[in-house]
Amino acid sequence: MNNRVVITGMGIHSCLGNNLKEVKESLYQGKSGIVFDPERKDFGYQSALTGKVDLPDLRKHLNRRQRKSMGEESKYAYKATIEAFENAKINQDFIDKNEVGIIFGNDSVGKSTIEAIDKIREKKDTALLGSGAIFKSMNSTVTMNLSTIFKMRGVNMTISAACASGSHSLGVAYLMIKSGLQDMIVAGGAQEVNKYAMGSFDALGTFSPDEDKPQQASRPFDQSRNGLIPSGGAATLILESYESAKKRGAPILAEILGYGFSSNGDHISTPNSIGPTTAMQRALKQANLEASAVDYINAHATSTAIGDANEAKAIFKVFGEKTPVSSTKSMTGHECWMAGASEVVYANLMMENNFIAPNINYEKGDNETGRINIINKTINKKINIYLSNSFGFGGTNSALIIKKLKE
Amino acid sequence: MEDKIRELNNTLAEEFEIDQEDIKPEENLHETLDLDSLDYIDLVVVVESFTGVKLEEEDFKNIVTFDDFYTLLKQRMA
Repeated sequence: MNNRVVITGMGIHSCLGNNLKEVKESLYQGKSGIVFDPERKDFGYQSALTGKVDLPDLRKHLNRRQRKSMGEESKYAYKATIEAFENAKINQDFIDKNEVGIIFGNDSVGKSTIEAIDKIREKKDTALLGSGAIFKSMNSTVTMNLSTIFKMRGVNMTISAACASGSHSLGVAYLMIKSGLQDMIVAGGAQEVNKYAMGSFDALGTFSPDEDKPQQASRPFDQSRNGLIPSGGAATLILESYESAKKRGAPILAEILGYGFSSNGDHISTPNSIGPTTAMQRALKQANLEASAVDYINAHATSTAIGDANEAKAIFKVFGEKTPVSSTKSMTGHECWMAGASEVVYANLMMENNFIAPNINYEKGDNETGRINIINKTINKKINIYLSNSFGFGGTNSALIIKKLKE
Repeated sequence: MEDKIRELNNTLAEEFEIDQEDIKPEENLHETLDLDSLDYIDLVVVVESFTGVKLEEEDFKNIVTFDDFYTLLKQRMA
């Protein structure tokens, strides 16, 4: 089997907005979603900058039993998934009658785990913890909750691959549909946004210290970049075989042409450029494309000195100096486990609306980043094919190539 | 004790998202609160946090009505 794999719906809940429309506008305007969070400072963070994400109130949508098992990341994911289903014209009746799978990227449940342990410490009795804690404090919390709520009967699993979790989830879902194992998979990524989740990341000193200028602090590729800013939310994409989409008359937004992956086989946190190069080359090979066919690269670049330089080096090696590149993390901060999925939503919105969102706060590159074509102001441009990079701790790399497909 | 029961009913109605008016002494506790296997675990938590009495899941097997429930609580609180 070699099915074509298309995207028929998407949904987003992030610091750029609570739906596709708001997010598209923020991307076009180059609006940052970063704030200073005094609570984090009091808690002991070296840098208390974060993306500001609204916590959805789901009382009107879900019953008590359903909500009891949902932590923050599942709430975001539910919200994004509802929008994606609407967008893809899928209702519960369709899910009941067809085998729909779910693969989501998630790599922490910090808040839920800590709250449960604190309660046990207080009561010294696990019987007084309640029923929801276990389902909230497992890494697979998003997929276990959504598969139950929507009564899905296809593949059901979570992928944990650090900051490439969301991208690998789309990639694995793509491979499963391509190979004929599934016709439709709800794929995406979710990321909790709270002071418990990111403390150990802040411990590495990798967050930007520019607390006095939150919206200018994330400066991917700029020579003055000095660290990332954590953020989160959730992004959902409906992946479907082309045949399935055509059969049900679904709106086809884009086609996934290639998924490249690799592992650096190197340091646990310091990235290199060989791994990302391999992932991008592999994605191009699978898509059967020359590098020149790619109109835009949505970079992983998080605003760290070494990471951005190595990605720029890899992009220069594979694509040269002309291909337009931007990192939407300049506006969103680093959406970690969700980033690989949300950035596909962002790039799809650009492709759909004929613009390239800016890498805000980029003024001048260094020896490596100055060699590639970084777009720092919104440009109106048709994108036919783009590549989205995601890399993570442990040296995990993912690159997706996606093409516009309006029929 | 009557005030305590009224307050407990309030808490139960809030936790299990039902109308407090549906909670009557003669009504079936399990059906009124619409309890599934996991809900008993939460009921134990609610009762403990409100009264300090820790019930076991087993205790609910001998309870049919809210009246039975109140009686058991009175015994344990005595």
